[in-house]
Amino acid sequence: MPRVTEETVDHVARLARLSLTEEERRVFARQLEEILAWAESLQALDTSGVPPMSHPREAETLRDDEPRAGVDRATALAGAPEARDGLFRVPRVIGG
Amino acid sequence: MSGLPGLAAAAIRRRVAAHEVSCEEVTREQLARIEALEPAIDAFLLVAPERALVSAKRLDAALAGGAPAPALAGVPLAVKDVLHVEGLPTTCGSRILDGYHPPFAATAVARLEAAGAIVLGKTNMDEFAMGSSTERSAFRPTRNPWDRSRVPGGSSGGSAAAVAARLAPLALGTDTGGSIRQPAAFCGVVGLKPTWGRVSRYGLVAFASSLDQAGPLGRTVEDVALACSALFGRDPLDATSADEPLPDFAPALAGEAAGLRVGVPWGFLANGVEVETMGRFREALHALESAGASLVEVPLTHLPHAIAAYYLVATAEASSNLARYDGVRYGRRAPGAHDLPALYGRTRDLGFGPEVKRRIILGTFALSSGYYDAYYLRAQKVRTLIRRDFEAAFEACDVIATPTTPTPAFRLGEKTDDPLQMYLADIFTVPANLAGLPALSLPCGLAGGLPVGLQLTARAFDESMLLRAGAAYQRVTRHHELTPPF
Repeated sequence: MPRVTEETVDHVARLARLSLTEEERRVFARQLEEILAWAESLQALDTSGVPPMSHPREAETLRDDEPRAGVDRATALAGAPEARDGLFRVPRVIGG
Repeated sequence: MSGLPGLAAAAIRRRVAAHEVSCEEVTREQLARIEALEPAIDAFLLVAPERALVSAKRLDAALAGGAPAPALAGVPLAVKDVLHVEGLPTTCGSRILDGYHPPFAATAVARLEAAGAIVLGKTNMDEFAMGSSTERSAFRPTRNPWDRSRVPGGSSGGSAAAVAARLAPLALGTDTGGSIRQPAAFCGVVGLKPTWGRVSRYGLVAFASSLDQAGPLGRTVEDVALACSALFGRDPLDATSADEPLPDFAPALAGEAAGLRVGVPWGFLANGVEVETMGRFREALHALESAGASLVEVPLTHLPHAIAAYYLVATAEASSNLARYDGVRYGRRAPGAHDLPALYGRTRDLGFGPEVKRRIILGTFALSSGYYDAYYLRAQKVRTLIRRDFEAAFEACDVIATPTTPTPAFRLGEKTDDPLQMYLADIFTVPANLAGLPALSLPCGLAGGLPVGLQLTARAFDESMLLRAGAAYQRVTRHHELTPPF
């Protein structure tokens, strides 16, 4: 059973691109530890030779790969918080 | 008022088809009832009267021109706000989607509209369907029509409360770990989670893709079957939608309980079910038995591990699915960020509520390096064990019965500070999602004045068996006719 510290939560929050407040970090560390302690029962099960199940259906039915119209650019951009020159606008990524 | 809002969907459709009433009249009366009662329930996040009336008049014109009445002609429909409706915003109960207008419609909604259903509006839900009480909506809680100090359940709490309060005869919900069946039980209505793959997930905003499934809520098994006939079927836009034959549900609805083998996992029910809830459950089994069904005990030995497996699998998938909310392409963006990591971090901190953040943290942890094998992979293996348990049980029975929930509806605020307690209450509903099976919740009486649900689970793609058992049960009981004191 891993000890969940605020540093653990910090690390995971960075992976998940979440900025948390100190209060959230403290509360989530405690709750995550509680939840994982309780999920510990899974560790006692013998799962040797048991295949993992990623979803309930064995076979997926794929449609034919034929070109068709998608969402056009203006529609796709219509919901953007910021757009310019037909593109999604974000803060500078390179340089600066 | 002519009492139209009290009618079942099937009765409305019959009267519309017989030209006894117009779709517009039905819609106007339903909207009037919503206007009068919605402030006390808060079932809807958005009521769309103009759109509803346009749809109703269009259908009336077609019917006046001699067109045959489709299967749901004129039936008012409430849609959970996680499914895209053409022309309406989608919020998923979250602030992070502020201002979002989907550029396409959900196949599930489009199919019901094509069958003549009239969309009234979008119903309240726990944010991104993560919750069991609808208190996790970023906007407001919904109240249980049976007792307004109590939760309607969740996450499809708005849809269940709307059907219970006669604000709509039919509603669409979604069910990832019980989110149709648990609120149906808490509000005293019928709710069906179809087999995973039965209903297209196109236009359903993803929470946990291997578990999510849309389905109907109504007041009778017949109404739920009507909706299923329109909803089910392969959709080329969802590669996981199944190409299975579509049954005619009429024989199932006319079917008998005689010969039905009902499996009961008594060992699993030994602890943790509230006394009166257990009483109603035993009475329900007795009613089925009296109608000719036989009871058989089934083991289902791994079910005690279902909650742990579920919360690891569901949160892992959610942490991945919710990565898309980054303030770049749609929805809300936090102001003032000068670089991309800050833009993502602040947007997500500002836009997501506490339960969503908690689940993203748990899911990211379960998938992270060093913990993946012990948590996510192990949970997926336990999922296989649970599925095998069901396969073995269905050698000896046709449906498996449990209470839908261990207790009736709890009070608003009762469990909000203790997420683990909230999760544990999902014990009877999550197994069907893990195994991908269809499951039905039926009203089976009251405990302390609050509705109790009987849950039946069947083999994959055997919704007909559930509807047969449910229709037989509703023929010998009157619980579904009870109305909230409201």
